[in-house]
Amino acid sequence: MTGSESGTAGFGTGGNALGRDNYLNHERGVRSWLLTRDHKRIGVMYLVAILSSFFLGGIFAELIRTKLWTPGNSPLMTANTYDQMFTLHGAIMIFLFVIPGIPASLGNFVLPLMLGAQDVAFPRLNLASFYFWIGGAALALISMVTGAVDTGWTFYTPYSTTTNSNVILMVAGVFVLGFSSIFTGLNFVVTIHKLRPAGMTWFRMPLFLWGIYGTAIIQILATPVLGITLLLLIAERALGIGIFDPALGGDPVLFQHFFWFYSHPAVYIMILPAMGVISELVSVFSRKHIFGYSFIALSSIAIAVLSFLVWGHHMFVAGQSTLSSMIFSFLTFMVAIPSAVKVFNWLATMYKGSIWLATPMLYVLSFLFLFGIGGLTGLFLGALAVDVHLHDTYFVVAHFHYVMFGGTVIAFLGGLHYWWPKMFGRMYSEFWGRIGALLVFVGFNTTFFTQFVMGSHGAPRRSYHYQMQFEPYHRLSTIGAYILGFGFLVIAAYLVHSLFRGRPAPANPWGGATLEWRTSSPPPHDNFAVTPEAGDPYDVEAWRWDGAIGGYVQREPAPQPASP
Amino acid sequence: MTSPGGFWMPVEGSTGAAAVDSVFSLVFWVAAFFFVLIVALMVAFVVRYRRRPGRLDAEASPSHNTPLELTWTLIPIAIVIVIFVWGFKVYLDANTPPANAYEISVTGQKWKWLFTYPNGHVDENLHVPVDTPVLLVMTSEDVIHGFYIPAFRLKRDVVPGRYSKVWFRAVKPGDYQIYCTQYCGTGHSDMWAKVVVHPPGGFERWLEQASNFLKTLPPAEAGQRLAVTRGCAQCHSVDGTAGTGPTWKGLFGSHVPLQGGRVMTADEDYIRNCILDPTKNVPLGFQPVMPTFKGRIRDDEITAIIAYIKSLK
Repeated sequence: MTGSESGTAGFGTGGNALGRDNYLNHERGVRSWLLTRDHKRIGVMYLVAILSSFFLGGIFAELIRTKLWTPGNSPLMTANTYDQMFTLHGAIMIFLFVIPGIPASLGNFVLPLMLGAQDVAFPRLNLASFYFWIGGAALALISMVTGAVDTGWTFYTPYSTTTNSNVILMVAGVFVLGFSSIFTGLNFVVTIHKLRPAGMTWFRMPLFLWGIYGTAIIQILATPVLGITLLLLIAERALGIGIFDPALGGDPVLFQHFFWFYSHPAVYIMILPAMGVISELVSVFSRKHIFGYSFIALSSIAIAVLSFLVWGHHMFVAGQSTLSSMIFSFLTFMVAIPSAVKVFNWLATMYKGSIWLATPMLYVLSFLFLFGIGGLTGLFLGALAVDVHLHDTYFVVAHFHYVMFGGTVIAFLGGLHYWWPKMFGRMYSEFWGRIGALLVFVGFNTTFFTQFVMGSHGAPRRSYHYQMQFEPYHRLSTIGAYILGFGFLVIAAYLVHSLFRGRPAPANPWGGATLEWRTSSPPPHDNFAVTPEAGDPYDVEAWRWDGAIGGYVQREPAPQPASP
Repeated sequence: MTSPGGFWMPVEGSTGAAAVDSVFSLVFWVAAFFFVLIVALMVAFVVRYRRRPGRLDAEASPSHNTPLELTWTLIPIAIVIVIFVWGFKVYLDANTPPANAYEISVTGQKWKWLFTYPNGHVDENLHVPVDTPVLLVMTSEDVIHGFYIPAFRLKRDVVPGRYSKVWFRAVKPGDYQIYCTQYCGTGHSDMWAKVVVHPPGGFERWLEQASNFLKTLPPAEAGQRLAVTRGCAQCHSVDGTAGTGPTWKGLFGSHVPLQGGRVMTADEDYIRNCILDPTKNVPLGFQPVMPTFKGRIRDDEITAIIAYIKSLK
């Protein structure tokens, strides 16, 4: 097989490089991984790290749901343990998993490849970012065994400055994690500005990169505010300096302003890369050019800008002025628009396509369904009068899980399945892939849709005890959580299995037109044997299925019609 | 959807609830419409355009259409502006109490609500007359709490160091649930209380009787109520465990060693002095931290508390 696979760079059968030199076997030994500056290896290490966090946070979630099977006291845990559980579930999922999630794992792996580049702009900074993550995670873990925090992941004062749990250590961990996030953002911004290949103008950039770029901007601008806020919190706890605690002359609501000034944009740190993944997948699996490229690209930037102006909608009942609430409510509705635009553009991309229901595409459909609910239930919470009723109830819990899980995690899973063959050179079982996607979809809806109903009936969140009237909802939700957990075990099982037994993956199993599909699976250490030239990233129709290699190859240029 | 206790919303217990529910209904139908639209298009496209033999490639179709895209940008903008305006209007009404509202003070503390009526009576539940605007002036003793009555669609954080106000007009006599919605520690999910909406005339009768419980209840029982509402129970246990202050169990008649080496018998006069001048005779092993109740408690109330302590053998 030589020369016949045009467009697959000639790496073995169909562009698979498992038996040859690739980034996984280029150097060997633990040291070669721990000190690597290869963005692909750092991406894989991040992937292992954040999936471990996801597993830990998931265990806490299952324990919480198990306690909530009964409305009263539970032999499983006391009220204090329950408070620690939901705090750790939130803190781990947010700071260790969702925020770094897509950018640090998939982004690190794919971004330079999509640019046809050899690496990110600052490979050492990239590795430093990973070790800051490890440091932050270590502090968080130490705080867990030395008096786990019971403040909620939001650390609201004056509760957080008066509780006797180990708030300082946990907050220090989050502070360090912030640097990890800033480093990644900085690296990606510079990489996208400086390392784009010939032919890739801003508006010929894959939309995943727009998503990552928007996220990186927010990471750089918003994360320092969180850092300063957390330092002030530590100063108040450790030194008794009155900033937030009214007993010391401070203002507790000020903390909420500071905290949400970061943490609301952080929601978009989580969702923008997810939207980028969906933009890639929907085009490739509809076998069609993305619809409305510039609207999707610009809506990412619109979201990034508007995300800084809506933090006050977390405080509609906290006692901010009516005028502030009015302005924040209006801006909140405005930030909904770019998301709606994206959804319509994705649907239009499917129109008249050739829709391939492979596992990644099932996650796209799942995303549209779940993120649709997540986004639309945001309208209830943006409307001031309705928010007053729903604030701090299970309705809000359900809403942000539909956005964070139904949006970000589902897109992450879609992206993971999409890039998995590229990362490890093996295909997973398509049959089990679809079963896994279905289990997650069913489990997720069972868990969280019930919480909308419970919440609108007034069930307060973060509650160890609850009224009998909510028991049926809680039980259904718990059953859903078990289905969801089982779904993840299935996914973990077939993905791990594929690493050893999976069919060797061709260079381009899905027919993507972005540059990462022009190199072998897995890619060589230097990414590309020959630097590829960037064209239209959504010209997927230039690739045709080749049954012999089980993947896509570039079409021969169509012969020019003879002039009459 | 606006029917009492429907699939989505609890009963409507106040005038404000009906207004909030109408906004909820509008948003619900808008959201339902767009959700059905998205899912229907998605399913239709998957069925019609799914990849199958003879359909390995997409059909030719444009990759953008600016007028179409502007349409699906502008129509949602118009819709959300309607929702925004209506939501704000109802919110504004809910934040503008009428001038003649009946005022009740609310105190949040770990993990209990206390309601103080204009005549000084303190109660664990919120009693209100039907069809009367009621203004709640709320503050917290410790951390932030959240005052929430689902049936009235009313919620506001209760913040230490400032006062927050909410008002409502209950429309139907009955009991309604109160929750704490701002996480505040161990007993957060136990911070339950009731709103009791009285029929016309009933509230005045209740308040008179409740304020008069010293005359109507046996003294020890009246003393027990006072111990709770006046906050004695925060520091003085009744089961023998030591708190910030000495336990009341078995206190009466015992010999109390004091700071400075003296010993006194805990009789009526000793207890009375402790309430009115708490730092004078501080028992050994305790700090002089109890605030004086001089001027804040009447003689008949002291008598009732003494009767209660006597009963705790």
